[in-house]
Amino acid sequence: MSISTVRPGHSTERRGPLWSAASAPIQARLVAIITCYGALAIAPCLLAPLVGSTHISLARAFDRSIPFADNVDAQIFFVARMPRVLTGAVVGSTLAAAGVVMQALLRNPLATPFTLGVSAGAALGAILVITFSTVVSVGALSPVPLASLAGALLASAIVYALATRPGRTMSTMVLLLAGVTLNSFFSALILFVQYMADFTQTYRTVRWLMGDLDVGGFGTIVASLPLVFVSFAIFAVLPRSLNLLSVGADTASTRGVDVGRTQPLAFLSASLATSAAVSLAGPIGFVGIVVPHLVRLMVGVDHRLVLPASALFGAAFLVGCDLVARTVLAPVEVPVGVVTAMLGGPFFLWLLVRRS
Amino acid sequence: MLRAEAVSFAYGAGTAFSLTDATVAITPGSLTGLLGPNGCGKTTLLKLLCGVLRPQSGRVMLGERPLASMARRELARHVAVVPQETHPAFEYSVMEMVLMGRHPHLGSFQLEGPADFEIARQSLEATGTAPLADRNYMTLSGGEKQRVVIASALAQATELLLLDEPTASLDLGYQLEVATLLARLNHERKVTMVLATHDLNLAASLCDRLVVMRGGRVLAQGTTRDVLTGAMVRQLYDVDADVQFHQRAGHLTVVPVSRIPGPVSYHTAPPS
Repeated sequence: MSISTVRPGHSTERRGPLWSAASAPIQARLVAIITCYGALAIAPCLLAPLVGSTHISLARAFDRSIPFADNVDAQIFFVARMPRVLTGAVVGSTLAAAGVVMQALLRNPLATPFTLGVSAGAALGAILVITFSTVVSVGALSPVPLASLAGALLASAIVYALATRPGRTMSTMVLLLAGVTLNSFFSALILFVQYMADFTQTYRTVRWLMGDLDVGGFGTIVASLPLVFVSFAIFAVLPRSLNLLSVGADTASTRGVDVGRTQPLAFLSASLATSAAVSLAGPIGFVGIVVPHLVRLMVGVDHRLVLPASALFGAAFLVGCDLVARTVLAPVEVPVGVVTAMLGGPFFLWLLVRRS
Repeated sequence: MLRAEAVSFAYGAGTAFSLTDATVAITPGSLTGLLGPNGCGKTTLLKLLCGVLRPQSGRVMLGERPLASMARRELARHVAVVPQETHPAFEYSVMEMVLMGRHPHLGSFQLEGPADFEIARQSLEATGTAPLADRNYMTLSGGEKQRVVIASALAQATELLLLDEPTASLDLGYQLEVATLLARLNHERKVTMVLATHDLNLAASLCDRLVVMRGGRVLAQGTTRDVLTGAMVRQLYDVDADVQFHQRAGHLTVVPVSRIPGPVSYHTAPPS
């Protein structure tokens, strides 16, 4: 009996992305993607500090002949805008990459970095400090990002402990259920704390929940970098295993992936990255789902391409959103979380409709 | 080449064994069928044979080495698996799916080179799926998907291929396509195969050896002609069946005639 190669009614049309696995080697696509998306990430980071409600001169900002205390342009560039742009780049990159990892780990394209309760844990930590703490600073840092980091790590630890059993691989179903339940539980605690708070504290809480890149200096960014570096170092070894995990844990195992090691690594790295991002800028929603999906439309679904492209595009996306937030109603600034949610909400619905 | 030696396995602490004291030997170049009713332990035995599960007692040996002593990547260079169905979460192309079979042959940061692409291309051609290379896997028919998954397993370049009911969800035409493909791969490429199936006629047509199971125990193993008898079908499924050699087909065929009355519990071994 001969084996037919193409079923009737099925054309052999090429698929969506610009390059296909059959037509171009992965090396060429990876180089092209990192070059293009790297340029895309750098451009808004260079442009954004120059744009705002107050016009500044780049030449004057870098003019060393003017004392810094007298150089308003330099102060706006280096103190007000540059830390904000760098925060946007770090947070956008981190959330987008964590979104890619979570979606592959949970085998669910609609998962986000916040699906497993990390943001709710961070929010609870931040809100407890805003409402009850009298501590103004811890070393050179504000206690709010430290508390939100502690909350995020605590939430991750609880979900991890619930989803793992000695000698068994991680259950992604339990992971998802534990995360969603923890999200609800922490949200209830947040409401309770808000009920106990006064108006000023409630306003600060709501403002934190909207997300904000105005970290007020380089100290907080630098403090978050070790976590970000560790996360990205783990991300670097994951992509091919993520491809196989997204096909199925058993398939991944029989193709040579150590599932018992890779699943916890993916969860821990994504949780660390998300914790760092949320402690820096609050829970900025939708970056972790919009960016990976936009990237997949352009480069395909291979995680060796999607992960670096999303990390770079995420930086460009959030810096761009923040530019809109700073300028659209200037001199009033819209919280960047509002902008990402206004873009992300309709996009999420479009994704749901497209998938159905 | 692959042996399960008195292996037992239970899915949870304190639960009954899904597989008890199973000893099975897979000989090089053979196409061995695993037969038995639902819940008899076929899939559990396959998962033990490929190292996805670890036995609570007994051991699985690949040649002279216990599977437990081998890293997953090393094991995947010797044993590939084709599951009943494969549902990726993302829209991978056929070529991407097949190239995933090269994973155990690549270093952590290594990308596929021309040799890997050549092996993937040969695997696609061997399964008649080369024209589909650029297609989205999700949009393929059931038979095409299964052939692509077999191509991915072939790209793994292993000497052993374990298949878990690979034709279960396919219509008659696709079943024949996949069966013909497996026979050809076994014959031409000398790939040793273990095939778990409910389809007695498929097993009769393809397999030169059979292992029959019920209630988590191996009842018998040997050549298809010796093992596949009316008495064995009755013992396995509580079904009265005619087992005869079919001249035109060139192999044994099984025609079920009637169900033997009485309570049925496939999870226990049959009365002796």
